[in-house]
Order: sequence, then C-alpha cells, then structure tokens
Amino acid sequence: MSEPALEIESLSFSVRGAPILRNISARIGHGETWSIIGANGAGKSSLLKCLMRIHSGWSGRVQLFGRPLESYSQRQLAQRVAYVPQPGGDQRFPYTVREFVRMGRYPYAGPLGAAHPGDKAAVDEAIARADVGRFAARTFDTLSGGERQKVFIAAALAQQGDILLLDEPTAFLDYRHQAEVFAILRAINRDTRTTIVAVTHDVNAALLAGGHVLALRKGEVAWSGPTRDLACEKRLGRIFDARFRFLDDPESGLRLVAPQGAAQ
Amino acid sequence: MKRATLSILIVAGSLATLMCAPLVGGRDIPLTAVFQPGSDDAASVIFWQIRLPRACLAWTAGAGLAAAGMVFQALFRNPLATPFTLGVASGASFGAAVGVRLGLGAAFLGLSAVSFCAMAGALLAIGVVYGLTVLKRDCSIGGMLLAGVAVNFFFSSAILLIQYTADFHDTFRILRWLMGALQMVGFDAPLCVLPFVAAGALLMAVLVGELNLLSVGEDLAASRGVAVGRVKALLFFSISMMVGVIVSVCGPIGFVGLMCPHICRLIVGADHRRLLPAAILFGGAFLVACDTLARTAFAPTELPVGIFTAFLGGPFFLWLLLKPPKGAKVAA
Repeated sequence: MSEPALEIESLSFSVRGAPILRNISARIGHGETWSIIGANGAGKSSLLKCLMRIHSGWSGRVQLFGRPLESYSQRQLAQRVAYVPQPGGDQRFPYTVREFVRMGRYPYAGPLGAAHPGDKAAVDEAIARADVGRFAARTFDTLSGGERQKVFIAAALAQQGDILLLDEPTAFLDYRHQAEVFAILRAINRDTRTTIVAVTHDVNAALLAGGHVLALRKGEVAWSGPTRDLACEKRLGRIFDARFRFLDDPESGLRLVAPQGAAQ
Repeated sequence: MKRATLSILIVAGSLATLMCAPLVGGRDIPLTAVFQPGSDDAASVIFWQIRLPRACLAWTAGAGLAAAGMVFQALFRNPLATPFTLGVASGASFGAAVGVRLGLGAAFLGLSAVSFCAMAGALLAIGVVYGLTVLKRDCSIGGMLLAGVAVNFFFSSAILLIQYTADFHDTFRILRWLMGALQMVGFDAPLCVLPFVAAGALLMAVLVGELNLLSVGEDLAASRGVAVGRVKALLFFSISMMVGVIVSVCGPIGFVGLMCPHICRLIVGADHRRLLPAAILFGGAFLVACDTLARTAFAPTELPVGIFTAFLGGPFFLWLLLKPPKGAKVAA
C-alpha cells in the first residue's frame, strides 16, 4: 500500500445534535484514487467538508501526511488539499475564467495579497490540464455547466495540492462532459500522482474510476475496499437500499450496474 | 476602450471633479481667490471655508459608501446589498432623532451632539446584529440580512414615535437630517470622517483576495485557505463602523453604495483588486457631482443631496432588479 496521505480515525460529526457522520475511518494512500459512494443523505459531502475544515466541530482523529489536520492553518491546508464543490447553485460569477482560476493561488499569496512567483505558470498549467484555454477570457457566467465544472477543476489544480477532493464532479453533466471530466482526473492522477477522492452516488462512475471505494450509509461506513469488489448485489443493495442488475462490459472488462428499484 | 485607459480616466475624472466642484455655485470664484486667499475676500472664504471642505467631505463620504457597498455585495453575494443592509443607517437616524428630541446642542471637534448621537445609534444597530450572530453561532448570511431588515423596521418605527411626540420645529430638524446633507463650514467634518474611511479602505485593500473568494462562496473561500469567520467578522464590523461614522456626519445618503460599485464593475470588471480603487475614486466623484448639482440645480435653494441620490438610485435599483442575469442567455 502507498504511504498514507490521509488517515481518518473515528471521525464523527453532528449538526444540532443530529448525527451526520459516525465513526468514519479510512486510510487513503498517496497517489490513490478513491470514490466515496452512498445514497443521498449518507454524509458523503459532509465528510469532504469536514476534511476541508469547511465544517467545524467534528470529533475524531485525522492525519494529513502524518500531521494532525488541526495543526495546519487554513492556508497550509489549502496548499496540500484542493476542493471542487458540488455543481449547481448560483454560479453567476462575473469573473473571467482566468481570474477565477487565479483565485486558486490564494494560499500562496504573500503579505497584502502579493503575487507568488509561480502564480502565472501554475495558472497556465492548470488551464491547459483542465482544457479550458479556449474560453479563458470569457466570464464564468457565460459558460455551460460542463465548462464551469472544468473551470472549477482548473482552479483547484492551480492550488497545486497533493490531494484533490471532488464533490459529485459529474453531477448534472451530459455524457460528453462526464467523459471529459473523467479523462482530466485520470490524467492528473497519472501525471502528477495527485490523490483523487471523489464523492459520487453513481456506482458506474466509481467502477470506471477504479482504485478504492468508501461506501457510506446513514453516516456510517457500510463497506470499504477495492473498487473491483464493489459490483456485488448484496453489497450494493445494503449500501443503497436498492436492487441492481449487472451488465458485463466487454470493452472495459468491468461489471457495470443498472438500478432495478427499491430493495424488498 | 482598454481597461488601463479607463482606469486612468477614472483617476483623472475623480480628481478633476473634486477640484472643479468648489468653483461651481451661485457665486463665481475667480482663480485669484483660490491661489491668493485673503480673509476679507468673500470669494476666497466661500471657496476655502465652505465649498472645498464640503467637496472634500462629499468625496470622502462617497468613496467610503461606494467601497462599503462593494464589500457588502461581495459578502452577501447579493447585488442589491448596500452599506445600510445591517440597519446601520436607521440606527444612526434613530440616534440623531433622539439627539434632536433631547435638544442637545453642544459640539465637540467640530461635530454636533446630534452627530455623536447618530454614531451611537449606528453602533447600537451593529451591536444588535452582531449580538444575534454571537448568540446564534450558525447564523447564515440570510439570517444576518433578515436581522438587518428587522433592525431597520424597529428603528424606523422608533423614529416615527419620536417625531409623533416632538414639536413642529424638532420634527422638521429630524426630517431635514434624514434627507442627508453636506452643509458645513471648515474642515472639521471631513477630517473626522477621513481616518475612518482611510482605515476601512486600507483594510479592504489588504483583504481584496479574500473578497474575491468570498464573493464566489464561503465554502470555496474556506477551501482556498480563507479564514472565513474571522475575515467576515472583521469586514462586517469595521465597514459598518465606517458607514456609521459617515452617516452620523452626513445623514443617511442612500444608493451611493448600490450604484457606484455596479457602474465600476461594468468599467473595470469584478476583480476586487481593480474594483476597490475604482469604487473609491468613482464613489467620491459621484457624490461630489451629486452635491454640486443638488446645490446649484435650483439655486439659490439647495436640495438635500440624499434626495438627489435617491432620485437616481431608485430607478437604478429597479433596473438591477429587472435586468436578466448576464449568463442567462449565453449559458442556457
């Protein structure tokens, strides 16, 4: 197994007394790809937000590259971990794509917001990797949903973190844009050994991503293991409270799934 | 036109407005009265003791209100947010009404007791809204906005009550203060406002990166390394203080903080690194120009500048409300 990038031990989180996450533990190795799956309300997005310290007040122990998470300042954390929020909501930002991607360099800004010498190169590289160069001068609010998602990824890449946390990166995207986002993430993981942790409720997306899976159900770990072992009727049924049909894909050699309805 | 050219035009235009406005008015000011002032020369006294301090106060107040509007629109992620969103203006107005009703007449550092009461009222309004956020730790942006609305209504009713129980003379004085005005003699008032506006502008300049990120979302800002709670509290409190001081001296001059940041966004873009200086320069020039028009349009009668900005701001507000979102057509 790779050296640990992120070690989560007994992480619990509640909102006004209502438990959202209970005793979550996982060991995510450097350079690995992880999918966090589960039904709506399972606590997937909350887990990412706890790790990014967007949510505070959680308990448990989280080690980031061998150091307790709480020992990092928010800026130091942002230099190691980048986050791509869930698509949707009000995203009519009046910034150009380049301006928005440049905001990813905030953790490296000097006193009074002084630019870091590596800013321009990092922004150029992020724009190239996420393939958003052809609309870099356009404002964010003129982009389609798929283009916006790629810009969010570019801004996260500009942070030059070692871990990329993505919340439903392909939600609401058409097939072409889904494929483009997957290709970008695969290339990032392959070329820069960035650890990818993506939340998804799409089992096939997790199967195609490969790597490892952390499955949550009602705020608890329902199953964790290699993605290749996920496509099991009993296992998926327990995670999603649903029935699945399995389809063998000769091209990828994977067993993909099709939902069949609620569990009986 | 290139942004650099436009930026130079804003700087030049702002300074030109500030320098030319004192020359305009019911009485012509010859340049000799400006460059060779004499204490027995009426034109010189009008220029140096009345019009120039007034233009300086208008510029400083306009710059502060416009920059505050920019910050509030970024923090609330709401294009209709104004410096008065948290009830600062109504708190200050309430303070002023109390000062008038109690018949306070003393002055200190060139400021009237009514101005000090207005400052206390502004602080009271900020205190109420902040008290709420302290009591309710997970208070959202929407919650703060609603708290501001509630504070506004409360103080507006309290002002009505004071007016109802006041005599005709005090009621008129309260009404006159509520219209917003910049009439004063000497540099005491602008020098009182300037340190607060300068300190607010400096803080905003230090936090332009944070403002950019907060304007796209608090979660995203936190994930980029912004200490969201701390930065928000610092900005809310200090900018509200700045607005409180401006309002206490000039009265509640509305819509400057709404219009100027939007107009500047159209000129220099949304990046706060460019928007902040543009809003300061444009806001200052805008209020100087409005005040010059207000005191000359119906000369010898002077209109309160607050009425003038409201006449411009009302239709602008409706335009903002009705205009389709920029990305609606293109991204659909």
